[in-house]
Formats: sequence, structure tokens, C-alpha cells
Amino acid sequence: MNKETSNKSREIVDEGLIAGVRKLTPARIEKVINQVLKKETGARLEAYINTCVHCGLCSEACHYFLSHDRDPVYSPVGKVKQTIWEILKHKGKVSTGTILKAARIAYTECNLCKRCSMYCPFGIDIAYMISIMRRICHRLGVTPQYIQDTAHSHSATMNQMWVKDDEWIDSLQWQEDEARDEIPNLRIPLEKEGADVLYSVIGPEPKFRTQLIYQAAVIMNEAGVDWTMPATPGWDNSDMAMFTGDYELMGRLKRLHFETAMRLKVKRIVMGECGHAYRSVYDTGNRWLGWKDMPIPIIHAVQFYWELLNEGKLKVAKKFEEPVTFHDPCNIVRGMGLHEKAREVVKAFCKDFVEMYPNREHNYCCCAGGGVINCGPPFKMTRITGNRIKAEQLKATGVKVVIAPCHNCHGGLDDIIHHYGLGMELKFLGDIIYECMEKPNAV
Amino acid sequence: MHGIYNFITGPLAWVSWSIFILGILYRLANITLSAKKRDGVVLNYFNLKYALRSILHWMIPFGSVNMRKHPIMTIVSFSFHISLLVAPIFLLAHVILWEEFFGISFWTIPDKVADIMTVVVIAGCLFFAVRRIIIKEVKFVTSPSDYLLLVLVASPFVFGFLAYHQWFDYQLMLILHILSGEILLALIPFTRLVHMVFAPLVRAYTGSEFGGVRHARDW
Ligand code: SF4
Ligand code: SF4
Ligand code: SF4
Repeated sequence: MNKETSNKSREIVDEGLIAGVRKLTPARIEKVINQVLKKETGARLEAYINTCVHCGLCSEACHYFLSHDRDPVYSPVGKVKQTIWEILKHKGKVSTGTILKAARIAYTECNLCKRCSMYCPFGIDIAYMISIMRRICHRLGVTPQYIQDTAHSHSATMNQMWVKDDEWIDSLQWQEDEARDEIPNLRIPLEKEGADVLYSVIGPEPKFRTQLIYQAAVIMNEAGVDWTMPATPGWDNSDMAMFTGDYELMGRLKRLHFETAMRLKVKRIVMGECGHAYRSVYDTGNRWLGWKDMPIPIIHAVQFYWELLNEGKLKVAKKFEEPVTFHDPCNIVRGMGLHEKAREVVKAFCKDFVEMYPNREHNYCCCAGGGVINCGPPFKMTRITGNRIKAEQLKATGVKVVIAPCHNCHGGLDDIIHHYGLGMELKFLGDIIYECMEKPNAV
Repeated sequence: MHGIYNFITGPLAWVSWSIFILGILYRLANITLSAKKRDGVVLNYFNLKYALRSILHWMIPFGSVNMRKHPIMTIVSFSFHISLLVAPIFLLAHVILWEEFFGISFWTIPDKVADIMTVVVIAGCLFFAVRRIIIKEVKFVTSPSDYLLLVLVASPFVFGFLAYHQWFDYQLMLILHILSGEILLALIPFTRLVHMVFAPLVRAYTGSEFGGVRHARDW
């Protein structure tokens, strides 16, 4: 791709970013940048900036770079050059144009997937530096409109999708009703104190993907799990504030989520199939709150399924016939090492499992993560053209069913599958389990 | 000429070694303090087992996926760094100096080997420079300072090579060799060459996070 086309397709049409930079003054830019750099960064940034030898080896890791025919503006270190190096070089005295460009790069041209950390000879964490840029943009009020709307929703309702308190309960009762046609004794217990498991989901589940709540209830019921869901805010484990750079809000969200579990005195939290939410509860939000570990154990659905399977509580009734492949979501694989457990579950339920390459820790990100898909329609093509390599990777498997235990991955992969005409079907692990498990209580 | 020689092998040598050692200690102290004060995660999540796992793994040639993807770079990079460290420390002529100044003595490598290693270092610098020019993602992040660093690193080896082979004016080459070596030493703590001491720290932290928290490999 030559320079002109690459610039044209990257013209910014996002209202949030444009309105945000209009309000900036040079003095404010300088002040905010230096506040963040001086008060919120330390050893890591210093070590990364001074250790990086500008060798470009991290480029090999990034799906944006690989998908744009090795265009250097998309290489991990290239993105740091256009953002962090730029503000460091000028000690914060940069133009609004620089901030606009830096915001576009930080929010929409990096998924914070951390693959590049595994390709840098020093292990430099590029995603961390991009996050610093996002933090600065947030503090400057320059954030993409759509993702900022989800952050507003978090702030006002403590969930990502403006779901009202009664709508949440309604959705659960509606799914309980539906499921009782299939399994008459099924319940979705609300506010049950002292249950073994608190099940938490992300905002989009009650909003668009209620069947997932249905399926989770069936799995819990048939595996005989003592579980509950909260009837109060705190049920949503998702976190777009972490991605806009609004760490204060991230802290509020995570605190409420953990405190809801503690209020109900459950033994642990199990969360649905979401990657970024796992990152938020396990790696980012807890740290912001000053908790080295989690105040209450929390596990991802993949690990939970694996446990149920190994304890014999989840039994396979029939095998999924069609050949399937598995997409390793960064946040639970590079972020938690669940790749082998996920494969064990897939292989238990599916007859024919085909690996995609590269896989496990080295899998390519779906290009939706890091909040990029939440930046909405203005950046849809950024994700699709930015991940041609994923389309090639999926196509090479030759199978028609992709399992991805992550909400964002579904959104991202869905767009890629359609745009590149791959004709593949996406499934959650829960979809497969629901379809193939033994349901002793079903009529 | 003799006066200059005495000066650079006497007072100047002490000065450059002092700057080198104190500079490195200063950078290390500074970064540790900064980690303590403003970057708590670094020390809190440090995990010796996984730090060592990562460091050792990345010391194995072709041990990581990316090293296998860039075989020539891997070979050049390993032989360059090994030669860069081994040649100056174990060269017979240098070991004699060690003995003279500090009374410590250790084994040496044959001059022939040191000679080859010197060529490897110079060729490595050339290779890195050419890479900066012809590979577009490297060119994009290259600034003049990157070339300067290469010149800085190559100089003592170039002049050392010329002096050893007695090309041009031996005295002059020897003086330039010593002088450029001293400049290099003194600048290591204050340029990106500080990666010499920061690299293991960064790897240790990344290794700790990947192994201890994320239960994943980092290579
Ligand atoms: S998208 Fe992933 S690989 Fe690319 S720069 Fe960001 S973190 Fe690195
Ligand atoms: S691979 Fe590491 S050292 Fe090399 S340019 Fe990328 S971040 Fe810098
Ligand atoms: S959406 Fe999925 S693949 Fe993409 S960053 Fe998140 S977990 Fe990774």
C-alpha cells in the first residue's frame, strides 16, 4: 500500500475524537501529558524507552502490520514512535494534530493483545505504552465516540449497555421461563446467599445474546452446580473504561463486581466467555484497586467447563460431528494460559478438531480486542483491513466451524468472515457443550 | 605522542571506567527506586523462577519463534554480542593490563580468535547499519542516533584491528583504539547502550508476568 492510500483510508471521521481535540489548547496538552508521565509512569516506561534498540523485530508479531503488507506505520514499535516517542521528544509540547493522530493509533490500531511482547528480544510491553497514550487521551477528553458511550453507560448504570436494573432481572426471568420448557426444574437463582458460584456476564448478554444466559443456566442446572446471579448492579464484569484509559471508573466497576460477590458470600465467581472482562478482573482492575490477587477467586468459563468435565459433572451425550477449529483469545491464553484446557474441552465434545496456525500463545488476535470493536462503525474497516492475515489463517484450516470463547472475538471474527467471504460459522464453547451434553432433567 | 598515550592509559582510563561503573550503578539505583515509588507492580509481581526461565530461554540461539523467523539476524546478533563481550575481556593484551592495574589475571583467548571476533563485531555493525537502510520497518524507527551508536561500538574494534595488524600508523591507531574504547565505556550508561544492563531486568519482569501471572510462555 502506498502512502496516499494508507493515509486516505485512515482519515478520521469520528465525532468524539474531532470534538475532543477542538477543545484543546497547547497549554492543556502539555500539562496533562506531563502529569501522566510524571505521576503515573515510572520504571517500566523508562526501561522500555531506554532498552528499545529500534530493531523492528517486534513487527513480525502484529496482525495490522502483516495485513498491510508490512507497512511500517502499523508495526508495534512504529506505533510507539508515532505516539509515545513523539510526546517524549517534545516534552508534551505537541499539536492537536499529533494528539488526534496518536488517539487514532492508540484506540483503533492496536488491540493491546501483547503478542509483540513475545517477539521483542527484550520482551518490551508495547501494549503498556499504547495504554499510556490512551490514558493521556482520556485525560484530554479525546476518545472515540462509541466506546466513550459505553464508558458513560458503565458510569451511570454500572453496566456497559444501558441495561436498567429491572430489565436485567426481567431478562433472567425470561430466560428461566424459556428454559423451563426444556428442563422443567430449571432455576436461575437470584441473590442466593452462600452459593458456591456467582455467575457474572458482560452487558451485551442480557441485551443481545440472551441465549447464552439460557445455555449457562442449563449447564449449571444439569451439572448440579450451587450457583446464583445478583439482582443488583455489579452483575456486569465487562470494562470498557480500562480501554478508554478511565482507570478511576475501571476501579469503581471492579470494586462493585467483587463486592457484589462478597455481599452474597459466594465461594467464587465464574464468569462467562469473555476475554477482555477476564483481563479486567484478573490483571488490570484488581491491580488498580491495590489488590495483588483477587479478593475472591474468579475463574473464566473455559476453566469452569474444564473442571466440570474432569469432575464428571458434565457428561458428553454425543459428539459434535462437523470439523471445528479453535481460536485462542489473547486475554485468556496469552493472559491466563487456558489454551490446553480449552482444547481438552473441545476435543471431549467434538469429533474432528483442526488446529489453526499459528496457535496457542502465538495465535493472531481477532482485531476486535482492546476496545477497538467498541469504537464502532467509523473504524469497522480498520479492523477488517487490519486483519486480512486472520482471514487467511481461518481459511487455511478448511473447516466451517470456528469456536471462540470470547465475546469480542466473535464480533471481530464475524466481520472478517463476512468481508472475506469465508462462509464459516462461529460458536461459543457453551454453544457446543449445550448442544452435546447429557441433560438428565430434560423432558 | 607518548604524553598522550600516558594520559589516556592513565588518568583518562580511570575516569572512563569510573563513569562507566558509577553511571551503571546510578541507572540501576534510579530504576529500582522508581519501581518502588511509582511502579509497584514491577517488584510486586517479580518472580525469580519465571524471570530466570525467560532470561535463560532467550539466551538459547533459535529458542524463540521470532529467532527462527529471522535466522540471519539471529546468527549475526548472537555472534556479534558474544564477540563484543568476549574479545575485549579475554584478549591477551587486555588481560596483561588487568594484571598491571588490578593484579587480577584470568585465562585468555588466542590472538587469532580475538582477531576473528573483532571482524565479527565490525561486520555485525555493518549488517545492522545496512538493515536500517533496507528494511522499511527498521528504517521507519531509525534516527541518526542509531547510526551514531553503531559507530561508537565499532570504533574501538576497527582501530584495535588496524593497530593489531599494524596498518597505517601503529601508534596513532593504538591511541584511537584506546580513546574510542574509553568514550564507549563512558557513554554506555547514558545512551540506549544501557540495554546491556536493562535487558535482563526487562526480560525478568516480562518473564515474571508471563509465567507467574498469565501462565503462558513468552517466547
Ligand atoms: S495489536 Fe497486538 S501485536 Fe499489534 S502492536 Fe498492539 S499489542 Fe502489539
Ligand atoms: S523488538 Fe523490542 S527492541 Fe526491537 S524495536 Fe521492537 S520493541 Fe524495540
Ligand atoms: S477480542 Fe479476543 S482475540 Fe481479540 S484481544 Fe480480545 S481476547 Fe484477544
